[in-house]
Amino acid sequence: MSNETLVSVENLGVRFAVKRGGGWGQASYLYAVDDVSFEIKRGETLAIVGESGSGKTTTALAVARLVEAYTGKVNLDGTDFLALDPEASRLARAKMQFIFQDPYSSLNPRLRAEQIVREPLDSLGTMDETEKKKIVDRLFAEVGLRPEQQRLFPHQFSGGQRQRIGIARALATQPDLIICDEAVSALDVAVQAQILNLLRKLQADLNLTYLFISHDLGVVQHMCDSIAVMYMGRVVEHASRMDLFNNPLHPYTSALLSAVPSVDKARREATKRILIPGDPPDPVNLPAGCRFANRCPVATDICRKEDPALRDVKGGHKVACHLVGNDAVSPL
Amino acid sequence: MEPLLKVENLRIELTTRTGVAPVIDNLSFELGAGESISFVGESGCGKSMTALGIMGLLPEKVGRIASGSINFNGEELTTATAKRLRDIRGNDISMIFQEPMTSLNPVYTVGEQIAEVIRAHQGLSRKAAWDQAIELLDAVRIPNAKGRVSDYPFQMSGGQRQRVMIAIALACEPKILIADEPTTALDVTVQAQIFDLLNDMKRQTGASIIMITHDMGAVAEMAERMIVMYAGRKAEEGPVEQTIEHPRHPYTRGLISCVPHIMSNISEERHALTEVPGIVPSLSDFGQNRCLFASRCNMVTQKCLEERPTEKPFANGQKAACWYAEEV
Repeated sequence: MSNETLVSVENLGVRFAVKRGGGWGQASYLYAVDDVSFEIKRGETLAIVGESGSGKTTTALAVARLVEAYTGKVNLDGTDFLALDPEASRLARAKMQFIFQDPYSSLNPRLRAEQIVREPLDSLGTMDETEKKKIVDRLFAEVGLRPEQQRLFPHQFSGGQRQRIGIARALATQPDLIICDEAVSALDVAVQAQILNLLRKLQADLNLTYLFISHDLGVVQHMCDSIAVMYMGRVVEHASRMDLFNNPLHPYTSALLSAVPSVDKARREATKRILIPGDPPDPVNLPAGCRFANRCPVATDICRKEDPALRDVKGGHKVACHLVGNDAVSPL
Repeated sequence: MEPLLKVENLRIELTTRTGVAPVIDNLSFELGAGESISFVGESGCGKSMTALGIMGLLPEKVGRIASGSINFNGEELTTATAKRLRDIRGNDISMIFQEPMTSLNPVYTVGEQIAEVIRAHQGLSRKAAWDQAIELLDAVRIPNAKGRVSDYPFQMSGGQRQRVMIAIALACEPKILIADEPTTALDVTVQAQIFDLLNDMKRQTGASIIMITHDMGAVAEMAERMIVMYAGRKAEEGPVEQTIEHPRHPYTRGLISCVPHIMSNISEERHALTEVPGIVPSLSDFGQNRCLFASRCNMVTQKCLEERPTEKPFANGQKAACWYAEEV
């Protein structure tokens, strides 16, 4: 594995205008993604985890420029993807592909499987038919579909097979980065295992880089090399897989990990469940201090007054919490 | 002691375009008072159909109980009148569904929806039912119940809506609560709150719980006994801990080992997940006289293809419908 950084996201922000109460034309904003920065090394997997509404999907969409960020940079292989003009960004997008959650709605029902997989190559417009045919044949083999299945329509496939078509389509333009947005959440567990194994095998064979969005922490633990935990539009903790799971520092991360039900009896007995009461604050009228303070079991006065910044506390383990010192000890 | 609920040789048939398929095929199980059991399996294995069958809520004209018996507290439900079933639903057996977003009526306040159940089943006055609705909201830990009782469902978060559903289900202190994927649509921290609440309610009211889920972790957390379903049949049944520790059916083993379970102390090393190859059989294959898991099983022999396996009991209470259960 190289140490080269493929993607670096700097201070990314996405906001949506919402109107509340106060008359015409006064826009107030919901900051869905607020000052988010992270890096992904080539050949590795970064997982973004968090609960619904935390901004993980919006972050992924903004990285791929499928929603417009109002501020920030997405450097892909050295160029700022967000600053490119539309035509240049269309071509650059070949280097960045998406695998979607729902294998039922993310494939065009009127196209045959081979057309679906070939479509990105068509819109790239740089290859002749025989070249494209060769690539499609290879992709079908790579994702474990039979050649004769190329002629079938999406409804003739099972959910897992459809997700394989989605993966083949994402691989068509030989992207550097693949964004998997809840790519296995809609699948039954047995099929999920097949797809996860396929994704890892492809990563090893093709040196792929994944941005992996998931709410399933078991899957994340299995798939990723590093993790960013999001809460209310912010990254609250960002660390390597080993650091995050073995030494979670942010109280929210600890609560999240402790909430996952486990078949592992030893884990069930060792983990004290940290119940976080209540609901997240109103995303339009955010509180002054830390966004987690109203649910945090150890919050103090400073947490309610000052917004903590994400900082490196120990060898790349970053956390946004006032109560974590540079000794990297959990405040819980 | 007689079990609270005793299901024997239940067969539920579904009429589809391609014919009649037994979506529940010869299912027997018991549920004791105050016990909690879990049904697990992939989608389409018959988990929800079992629940709907017990509730008398099978889709009209399409689904029907073909044979077998559902005995609740000494009363046969398969032959009960529609009116009697309506009495039992809500009063004695109630159900919460997966989708807290769509199972509440959007044009009534949550208070009205809770009070409606109380009035229908207990004949209380409007005022008394309303007061009890507030008490119930408080019991399911909705902060400021007195104020929130007049809220409409859209004013509540997903977790709060599921609490309202639980309040409605528990309004008449049922003997059995059936929870069909109660937390699948919810975030994991909210799921933890709901599980905590359900366990508390069970302790307080002594209700039995049937939880339907696809999440083995949730089973381990919530149930005492589990039933693994496959293609409309019971593949395995047993006490949760022993069954997870040592499954006796290859399908149970596959279900447990194909999921990346979260671990407390992880190492750098990662293994590929065990795969259960193939997919679940289609409805048209249901009901055949063979092991329906055979096409995906790595222990398959000729016998599995020729004869439906009988249930093999083990000393610890586990039972598995596999010809080779001892060897698994």
